[in-house]
Amino acid sequence: MIEEVATTEQGDLVINIGPQHPATHGVLHLVITLNGETIKKVEPHLGYIHRSIEKMCESLSYRQFIYVTSRMDYLSSHINNHACAMLVEKGMQIEIPERAQYIRVIMDELTRIASHQLWWGAMGMDIGAFTPFFLAFREREMINSIMEETCGARLTMNYMVPGGVMADIHPNFCRTVKEFITHFKSKIDEYDTLLTGNVIFQNRMKGVGILSKEDAISFGCSGPVARASGVKCDIRKLYPYEVYDKVNFEEILATEGDSFARYNVRLLEMRESMRIIEQLIDNIPEGDIQAKTKAVLKLPKGEFYTRIETARGEFGIYVVSEGGTTPYRIKFRSPGFSNLSALDHMVRGQKLGDMVAIMGTLDLVIPDIDR
Amino acid sequence: MDVNPKAPAPFPGEVIQTPGGGILVSRMDQVINWARSNSLWPLVFGTSCCAIEMMSTAAAKYDWSRFGFEVARATPRQADVIIIAGTIVNKMAPVLKRLYDQMAEPKYVIAMGACATSGGPFFYNTYSVVKGADHIIPVDVYIAGCPPRPEALIHAMLSLQEKIKSGMTREQIKMEKPEQSF
Amino acid sequence: MTREELQNSLPDLAPGATFEEGGEWLNMNVTAESWKAVSHALKFTAGFDFDYLFCLTCVDWKTHLTMVYHLTSTTHRHNMVVKIKLDRTKPEVETVCDTWRTAEFHEREVFELFGVVFLNHPDLRNLILPDVWDGFPLRKDYEDPINMIKL
Repeated sequence: MIEEVATTEQGDLVINIGPQHPATHGVLHLVITLNGETIKKVEPHLGYIHRSIEKMCESLSYRQFIYVTSRMDYLSSHINNHACAMLVEKGMQIEIPERAQYIRVIMDELTRIASHQLWWGAMGMDIGAFTPFFLAFREREMINSIMEETCGARLTMNYMVPGGVMADIHPNFCRTVKEFITHFKSKIDEYDTLLTGNVIFQNRMKGVGILSKEDAISFGCSGPVARASGVKCDIRKLYPYEVYDKVNFEEILATEGDSFARYNVRLLEMRESMRIIEQLIDNIPEGDIQAKTKAVLKLPKGEFYTRIETARGEFGIYVVSEGGTTPYRIKFRSPGFSNLSALDHMVRGQKLGDMVAIMGTLDLVIPDIDR
Repeated sequence: MDVNPKAPAPFPGEVIQTPGGGILVSRMDQVINWARSNSLWPLVFGTSCCAIEMMSTAAAKYDWSRFGFEVARATPRQADVIIIAGTIVNKMAPVLKRLYDQMAEPKYVIAMGACATSGGPFFYNTYSVVKGADHIIPVDVYIAGCPPRPEALIHAMLSLQEKIKSGMTREQIKMEKPEQSF
Repeated sequence: MTREELQNSLPDLAPGATFEEGGEWLNMNVTAESWKAVSHALKFTAGFDFDYLFCLTCVDWKTHLTMVYHLTSTTHRHNMVVKIKLDRTKPEVETVCDTWRTAEFHEREVFELFGVVFLNHPDLRNLILPDVWDGFPLRKDYEDPINMIKL
């Protein structure tokens, strides 16, 4: 059922938030109809960072369009590149060597931890605590240095190519990753002490922004947002790719569906990611890092769809190919687009301060939504 | 540093102004410029990926508050410098112009990253990207990189500080008519 | 259900639907007029339960437009693709917002980028483009000599 669109009555206040507001989420413009301090309706206005990526990719070759996906969801840039490489490999039936698969999964999980760290810092800052911001960035810099040694860049690294990875890992890689894990295990307990167990924080998050399971499925939510409402949607478990079927890890589910559940799901996901890395880091097999591919890649005529689990949810790429060197039509199914459509439903009847907490737990990255 | 237009006409000889004003004014100019450059407050304006590197520069490892950029204001009325971190698109351009107009003089602009400098990776075949933030507002310092490292951003901020201390305006530097006081 | 079982039992829900060969998942073509009933049946009939719409888009073949819907079921874990062929001069199709609420945003995006009108949509207006934009950017015949610099 479509809910009744809330009508504006006398005495309602319509205010704007954004598009320029503290740069944690990006440029999102929200038009909020308030009755006192209770929210009646929230309308997101998007498009302030719409860079026409889908049109641009129709003139880029299959090796070139990978760099653009890094810039879409820049906090999971490795994972987005991974999806592009998987798409081309699926279309052209390329098998990648096992060493490349291990390296790809380790890089993915490190990116997931880095993205959740930044989310945690920004979440704290939204609620009003400034210390988590600095602590989160302190740990995130360690991951950035690891990435820089191997991939050459800190934020947008075009490391995954169709066929494998671009360069071999640095000789220090295993040692620095293991040091990072030992260091971070003690720090994540510090995170729990600072925010999770904090009475003020819990009062602001518990019972706020409840999303039921049916609504999460109907709105197309994925990732931690849906898992906190009880929907099993982890792509790593449902449609395993690379070496995810060989590692032991759990899918974190919660049932309450409120902001505190989404928060806890992400913190536990960081621990699971560390568990995956620990199982893989000592067992990277020797071998090639890139399968032999032709210089000019051409996908056969037809349609292909790959999906991958980013830090935000299910990221999918749908490509229609006419047999040429460039895609005929490419569509990026971004997780934030569907997660944002559930915002209006979640905040009705809550206060303005609660809306900030809910938006923090949705973990939106606006360039991912606008493409 | 204008020639005083009110010099009395029948004065014998010609009036030669000391470049940079008299000794008192030029010393005061130096002090004012030094004070301005060491306490520039940036406006929080990040649209896309470069915003993350800007946040990294604000965090503990590449701290920018050592150079005076301590408080990042959210409102343009209280900010001195706007660091355009990210791509500017057609829909965002009027918003950027309005923010720039709301800032009080003296105000400065740093264009961070390839997208703000010239459109960057989104230059060809896009219908909605403004190819460079200097189509909208005048820019003082450009930074290359996609995204630039935090050290590059700090270097740009220090260059801006030097530019302010030298006392030259944008137009003067363009026309190479330096009226430096030192 | 496997692909063959779906292909055998779907004609009961969607009379007149045709199926395509090839592709990773089952591809079903329906007409625009029957789409409302078919979408409702796909979600609510026991055994099918396609309750998760994860991708809604449009493709511009130069003679006509095709809407593409990707559906999956969270209980049975089967996937399928539904395609609807639309006339290029007057593309209209029924909305599916009351079946899958995620379509609200996706259909607005297709409306502004391709020009497809969704009948009975609660709020059909531009989402990511500015409020007034000339033309439909993602169509193949879109020309914009001022903004688009060709390589």
